[in-house]
Amino acid sequence: MTQRTRNWLLLAPAGTWLFVMLVLPLTVVLIFSFGERAPSGGVVLSFSLEQYANLPARWAAFKNTMVLAPAGTVAALVIAYPLAYFLAVRADPKWKTVLLVLVIVPFWTSILIRSYAWIFLLGGRGIPELVEWVGFAKPRLINTPFAVLVGIIYGYLPLMVFPIFVSLDRLDKRLLEASSDLGGTPIRTFLQVTLPLSIPGVATGCLLVFILLMGEFLIPALLGGGKVFFVGNALVDLFLQSRNWAFGSAVAATLVFIMLVSVTLYMRLIGRMGTQREDLSLM
Amino acid sequence: MRLYSFCVYLFLYIPIGVIALFSFNAGRHASQLQGFSTQWYGKALNNPFVMDALETSLIVALVSASFAAVFGTMAAVGLQGIRGPVRNAFDGLIYVAIMIPGIVIGIATLIALVTVFDLLNPILAAIWPDGATPLKLGMGMGSLIAAHTMFTMALVVIIVRARLSGMDRALTEASSDLYATPFGTFWQVTLPMIFPAILAGFLLSFTFSFDDFIIAFFVAGSETTLPIYVFSSIRRGVTPEINAIGTMVLAISLILLIAAQILLRRGDKK
Repeated sequence: MTQRTRNWLLLAPAGTWLFVMLVLPLTVVLIFSFGERAPSGGVVLSFSLEQYANLPARWAAFKNTMVLAPAGTVAALVIAYPLAYFLAVRADPKWKTVLLVLVIVPFWTSILIRSYAWIFLLGGRGIPELVEWVGFAKPRLINTPFAVLVGIIYGYLPLMVFPIFVSLDRLDKRLLEASSDLGGTPIRTFLQVTLPLSIPGVATGCLLVFILLMGEFLIPALLGGGKVFFVGNALVDLFLQSRNWAFGSAVAATLVFIMLVSVTLYMRLIGRMGTQREDLSLM
Repeated sequence: MRLYSFCVYLFLYIPIGVIALFSFNAGRHASQLQGFSTQWYGKALNNPFVMDALETSLIVALVSASFAAVFGTMAAVGLQGIRGPVRNAFDGLIYVAIMIPGIVIGIATLIALVTVFDLLNPILAAIWPDGATPLKLGMGMGSLIAAHTMFTMALVVIIVRARLSGMDRALTEASSDLYATPFGTFWQVTLPMIFPAILAGFLLSFTFSFDDFIIAFFVAGSETTLPIYVFSSIRRGVTPEINAIGTMVLAISLILLIAAQILLRRGDKK
């Protein structure tokens, strides 16, 4: 058996699996999105753009996703950055690994249970009751955009902290010393040295969180109570309740398309910032 | 700064802690603490629906993680010796598998499999021997395992490949210089070195499959996994029983994760 044959045999099972369970299904979605709804509930194949013309019917879902996904990403970034900075630069090296693992571990546990915890906390007898007890008016928290945002930050914070931590941890600490030796104030050192050098980590974190948020279903379903819904919730409705596969496929294809376009634009933007920084450092 | 970080840790762990705390609550009401009791764990473990769902989840996680570990490792080893378009196509597919939202994977798998089954079932019925009930393909345990394996296999390829690329090439070269067969080299040199990564990949795959809700929601057919059970119960309201199930689910993932972390770190040190 030649080495070539052996490599092909090694790749065969995974390759077949990826083809049958990934390439084929995604192709079916694309084909169905140009079809029409059959009276029996299935799809009649054709080449019409009717489903795509219908997309405004689900405008609210797209609008919510396009507002709350970037908002959630930015909010997670704002909360994650100081923590990542603390872990990478300030924390006792002895405890660094343990503290980092403590941040990452929740991400790998059930997002369903973790979101459920917030139903519990934000529901009528949780935080609102606490606020009332302190002496303010009882606020309504659950089933609001705020609740969905809290759920998003809670769910995806670990994913944001990790890449920022990695980029800050790799940063040569002598650069910081050099900056302060040359008379840079701590704030100036941060803005001109630390922050620019951590941009790759920030970019990766934002990208990961944004991608996952675009397809989010559980958090709005549990914490938005049908009032704050994402494209994911529209998809569940279209495929499991109204069983409109053709239209559902068009919504899914559009979601993936928007995702690809925003990710490409974002990478371009970050790439440009990267080159600008290189120009500056060369000067 | 220290205080801020402390607050973020509180934010991360208080919700989990609250769930665990209330799962030991003696009272019926989900939001009033009334003494310590493990009765809700007993209730959950004696509920046949919970136990059925748990069994389904465990079988699916075990089988799909095993497939993922074996086929993913094979692919990672095979990819080492390949350059050019095939490798690029494979890398592309792995990224697509990770990047596409789970919900899109779920619906795509659902409509593709249902369409294929609708085409195959009449053919099967026609060629089936007379008298016997023909085999009827449908969504269920099989489609669940297939869909989970697809995603977790991509995960294993990435983890094992990272380990392989960190490996000293001189070792495999030395082995073949000493007349070991390629299989002998793999079995005695490569495999022992990448084994911690494979095991870590298996554990992460198991955790992913065990915790997955969204893909299972679409492809499970009439089967109920534990996350699907929990989701439909939450819709009916917050109960102490769900707190108990939730705490157990979190505990299972935590144990597996810690094991995976230890394995990955030990592998790095060698």
